[in-house]
Amino acid sequence: MVEITLPKNSRVTEGKTWPRTSHATNLTEFKIYRWNPDDGANPHIDTYYVDRDDCGPMVLDALIWIKNNVDPTLTFRRSCREGVCGSCAMNIDGTNTLACTKAIDDNKTPLKVYPLPHQPVVKDLVPDLKNFYAQYASIEPWLHTVTPAPEKEWKQSHEDRTKLDGMYECILCACCSTSCPSYWWNSDRYLGPAALLQANRWVQDSRDEATGERLDNLEDPFRLYRCHTIMNCSKACPKGLNPAKEIATLKKALVDRQV
Amino acid sequence: MIGQRPNEMRTAARRVRGLGAARSGTKDFWHQRVTSVAGIPLTIALIVIVIALLGRSHAAVVQILGSPLVAIIMLLFILNTAYHMWIGMQEIILDYLHDDKFKFLSLLANTFFCIAVGLASAFAILKISFGV
Repeated sequence: MVEITLPKNSRVTEGKTWPRTSHATNLTEFKIYRWNPDDGANPHIDTYYVDRDDCGPMVLDALIWIKNNVDPTLTFRRSCREGVCGSCAMNIDGTNTLACTKAIDDNKTPLKVYPLPHQPVVKDLVPDLKNFYAQYASIEPWLHTVTPAPEKEWKQSHEDRTKLDGMYECILCACCSTSCPSYWWNSDRYLGPAALLQANRWVQDSRDEATGERLDNLEDPFRLYRCHTIMNCSKACPKGLNPAKEIATLKKALVDRQV
Repeated sequence: MIGQRPNEMRTAARRVRGLGAARSGTKDFWHQRVTSVAGIPLTIALIVIVIALLGRSHAAVVQILGSPLVAIIMLLFILNTAYHMWIGMQEIILDYLHDDKFKFLSLLANTFFCIAVGLASAFAILKISFGV
C-alpha cells in the first residue's frame, strides 16, 4: 500500500553533531542517516565535517574518511571503489547512485547521505536487498537450451552480440529499482527495472532457447506491467543504462507474439 | 512491506515466485495503446462537433447530433473512452490499493461505473438519433 508517512519507529530525528578535526580549514558538512537495530532508537541524522585536504574526491572517500577518523561505527557496504561491484549504492543528495563514482563537489552541501529508499534497513546505510536478489534469481539469469551443448562454445554473430550492449553492463546495484515509485508500492509483486533489464538480457540473447518460457513468466499485470515508464530508473542508473527502454522491449516482444 | 515482518518465515524466493505469472496483462496493455491512438481523431472530431453546436437552438442541436455520421462518431468516442477509462482506472487501483477487499470492491465499482456511464451516454445519442 502507498505509505504517505513513515511508520512511527522509522521517523527520522536530529542526531549528533560530531566534532571537527582540529587545524582543518577546508571542511565539507555531511548529514548522514544512522540507524542501529540494537539500541531501539529511531533513525537519526548525524552531522560530520570532512577534512577535504585529507580526503579523496568521491563520496565514498568521505565515508571511509569519517569511519577512519571520526566515527568507526558508521556502517556502509563498499568494495571495488570504481563503479564495478555495485556495493556502495545509496541515496546521495536525493539521487540513488554509487558513492564511489559520485564526486563530493557535484552535490549540494550539506551533503545528505541516506540508504537506498523503501528497502528495509539492516544498519545505517546498509539496505536489506534479499527481495531484490530473489527477484533477480527468479528470472533465471543463465543460458537455457534444449539443444545438446556443442563441443566448443555456443556461437553468436557480432550483430546478435551487440543486442546485449546496454544490458550486460548492469552491476545490480539496485539504484534503478529503488528509485521507482511502482517498485516502492509493489516491490512484493513487481520485479522492478533491474530484474526486468536482466530478464530482457536473456530474452534478447540469440543463444538462449527458452525465450517463450521466459516471456510466459514475465507476462503478468504485476511482474512486468506495473512499469508505467516513469523513467526514474534510467535517470538514476550510475552506469548510464536505460532500463525503461529494455522494459519497453519486453512489452513489445509480448505484443509481437500476439499480433 | 517485505522484510518488515519479524515473524516472516517464508523464504524470499517463495514470496517473489508467489502464485506464478498470471500470463495476462498484455491484452490490457495493447488495448490501452489502441484506444489512445483511436482517441486522438475521435477527440478532435468531438471538439469540432461541440464547437459546431455552440449557440444553436435545441432543435438544431438534436438535428446535428441525430445525423448518422455525427452520431456514429459520438458513439465511437463514448465506447472508446469508456473502455480506455476502465483499463486506466484498473491500472491505478492495482498500483495503489493492496487490501484485498478494498481492491476487489474498487475493481467491481470501476467496471460497473464504466459500463453504466458508457451505456447511458450511448443510449442518449441513440435516443436523439432515432428521435424516439
